[in-house]
Amino acid sequence: MAGSASTPPQSDKLPVFEVACEEAVTKARAVLDAHTVETMAWHFHESTGCPFWLEYAKGLPFNPLTDVKGFDDLKKFPPFEDEWLRGGPVRRWVPQGLADQPMYVFETGGTTGTPKSRVNSRDFRTDYEMFSDTLPDRYFPRGANWLMLGPSGPRRLRLSIEHLAQYRGGICFCVDLDPRWVIKLIQKGWMEHLEAYKQHCIDQAITILEAGHDIRCIFTTPKLLEALALALEKKGTTIGKAGITGIFSGGTEFTPQWTRFAVEELLDGTYMTPTYGNTLMGLAASRPVVPADGYTIAYYAPQPRAVIEVVDFDDRDAVVSYGGTGRVRLTTLTKETFIPGFLERDEGERERPYVAYPWDGISGVRPFRELAATTTVGVY
Amino acid sequence: MHLPVWRFGKPYESLERDTLVHFLTGEPVAEVSRVGGAIVGRDLQKAAQARRALLAIDPEEIVERLQTAGNLYANGTVTVGDTKQSPDDFVKQQSATTGLPESLCRANMQKNMFVLSSMDRILDALSRGLDPTILWRGHGAEHRGVTVSYQAQSPVLGLVLPSNSPGVHTLWLPVIALGVGLVMKPGSQEPWTPYRMAAAMVEAGIPAEAIALYPGTTDVGASILAGCRRSMIFGSAKTVDQYRGNPGVQVHGPGFSKIILGDDCVDDWPRYLDTICESVAINSGRGCINASAVYASRHTQAIAAAIAERLGPIEVKPPDDPEAKLAAFTIPGAAKATWQQIEGGLKAPGVTHATAPYGDRLVEGERCGWLRPTVVHCASPEPDIAKAEYMFPFVSVVECSQERVLDCIGPTLVCTAITGDPAFTARLIDSTHIDRLNLGAIPTTKLNWLQPHEGNIIDFLYRSRALQMPAAG
Repeated sequence: MAGSASTPPQSDKLPVFEVACEEAVTKARAVLDAHTVETMAWHFHESTGCPFWLEYAKGLPFNPLTDVKGFDDLKKFPPFEDEWLRGGPVRRWVPQGLADQPMYVFETGGTTGTPKSRVNSRDFRTDYEMFSDTLPDRYFPRGANWLMLGPSGPRRLRLSIEHLAQYRGGICFCVDLDPRWVIKLIQKGWMEHLEAYKQHCIDQAITILEAGHDIRCIFTTPKLLEALALALEKKGTTIGKAGITGIFSGGTEFTPQWTRFAVEELLDGTYMTPTYGNTLMGLAASRPVVPADGYTIAYYAPQPRAVIEVVDFDDRDAVVSYGGTGRVRLTTLTKETFIPGFLERDEGERERPYVAYPWDGISGVRPFRELAATTTVGVY
Repeated sequence: MHLPVWRFGKPYESLERDTLVHFLTGEPVAEVSRVGGAIVGRDLQKAAQARRALLAIDPEEIVERLQTAGNLYANGTVTVGDTKQSPDDFVKQQSATTGLPESLCRANMQKNMFVLSSMDRILDALSRGLDPTILWRGHGAEHRGVTVSYQAQSPVLGLVLPSNSPGVHTLWLPVIALGVGLVMKPGSQEPWTPYRMAAAMVEAGIPAEAIALYPGTTDVGASILAGCRRSMIFGSAKTVDQYRGNPGVQVHGPGFSKIILGDDCVDDWPRYLDTICESVAINSGRGCINASAVYASRHTQAIAAAIAERLGPIEVKPPDDPEAKLAAFTIPGAAKATWQQIEGGLKAPGVTHATAPYGDRLVEGERCGWLRPTVVHCASPEPDIAKAEYMFPFVSVVECSQERVLDCIGPTLVCTAITGDPAFTARLIDSTHIDRLNLGAIPTTKLNWLQPHEGNIIDFLYRSRALQMPAAG
């Protein structure tokens, strides 16, 4: 999060984690402001910007190249509408400065209708390399092999995890999982099929884990992690005994209670780090999840490449006070993608800057209340 | 007050809690720990221990302990969660979160106590006189000397319980006496009966490890259904459809209970007005056994007017008023949405609103709403509203010939058929639409506990199968 210039009212609750010092917060803010200006120079210059933004800028009442002097000036942009990401031509999102680079397209949504697309050249690698630096080698040993047990297909996750494993010197085994089919099963009420599909994925995962590949690290989702742990328990073993030392997991279902249950009853000593991420933002790491902090899961965006703010439900430009609840507002500032102030489908509580991430964080991430009733949370 | 999760006898305080509030004032009544489905899945791996704990006790002793539990539940002060709870506390708490008048909470309490205290007779009737030790050992000799075997299909019964009517709990009360444990997801507004009943049972000596309570999110229900080989779920018509044909799931949905006046009796209809009004309005019309339609071939407008005259004037009263007969819709907007649906139905041709002269039916409060008893007349079985069922005293009086009636009524949990015509009686007995059949002027809501309800619970939990042994000698 940005760590906004005007300090909002503070909550009285004393944090149990190491809060970043004022100097580090100020420095991080300066880096963000400079990075924002650089990003404008790239995305809104004729020689480097993508067709979409160059065209869009013509209708703006300000000049992004000269009038954006820091992160706060991004508020001048009208709200980013994710509907713009649906449909083609996909090339309109490719910056001219990267036009000769190999491009991927990653999708989000798409259970029904046209999915949202984000072009990607190297961003996913950069994001996961930066995230790799936050993983403790003790639990995620260099050279260890990985299992990717999560959404595959046109999502970025499969390639990202594979790259993470390779970046750390390992090889990644994968299980196929189609989350769009999972959502359809839930919407149709085909719960037996849902259970069977989950079991099908878990069976494949266990087969790989038992095949002597020396897999020590797993990426999976909370739902699949619990299914895997229970399946192993039925076989008289545990995640720990199966040789897994580190689990990297992601999903909005990471609640403190779920994490406590996982730590106390599912993991058998295996280290788990929760993450929050999506195709548009990248990957937010969490500060250590500890009982003393009530198993609070607080995420910190990979600033300055992406910024998340917790904003008032009725005023998208007003950051809530620390401990206050609001909607997630995302800004992505990479050379490949510029997304200013996009209101995510999630809400949560604003967290103080952490020593390792000296900018605001967010905890208690869950589906945005006004959309929660229509959001289908799958097994993935 | 805090209600923890009860993991086969081990209390578990979740980091996540729901606050139950008073439906009128919004004041907190209790906090309830909330968990997800995984915790259920994990605990169910040890479900066999629940049955083992019960089988370690003589079956007759279990029945005696359940009778003691019934007395404790209705009259004692028991420890529920972290609090001592008297019967009065229970009634006030249940009323506060469900919107049910206190008098109706008390009546349901008596119903539950009756079932527990009559457990020996109920078991005898449901099992057709089977020696209970046969269910414990799995086999034995019947009173005719024939070897029989009953195999338990699951060590526990999973229950996804509703919030609408505390009376439904009578359905699962015999389960412990059959040597089968209980895994319950209490209704979000009505955790009171399962918690108090579990506390009373444990205090009466039922093994704590035979009972589990998991308040929580919808995936708790899914985990119970996935992990228990036998489950009971209460829900909407959609839920019923979803699990139709699944032998492991017994679904209790809308009852669409009805009263049929045969051609031979319909001219005497005023004699049956008490039966009809009780069937429609008792327990605030919330149960699946409350009648939602009356079918007759003539006099239907007069019948509708007479029911309306009796029920139409019933007013909303405070929940602690002994004369209160109407439960509130505690979910904001629910009463209004239901009334809008009814208003839509009233526009169909041939439908008239018989309670219109008795004032507005929708009563809106600050945080909740009520619907006063509503009677509609349908000139034929065709309008949608003739097949409707709502969570308050609502009835459609439908004109339909006796010849056609059994083709028109659709699924019917309880049918009270007032007729002495042998040919029509034979057709009623054969009608597969009807589950419970009352022949004569018996209110649909008057259950004989010695009769099975929506299938015999013993047939659901046990499989009668062959077991042969070499002849002695």
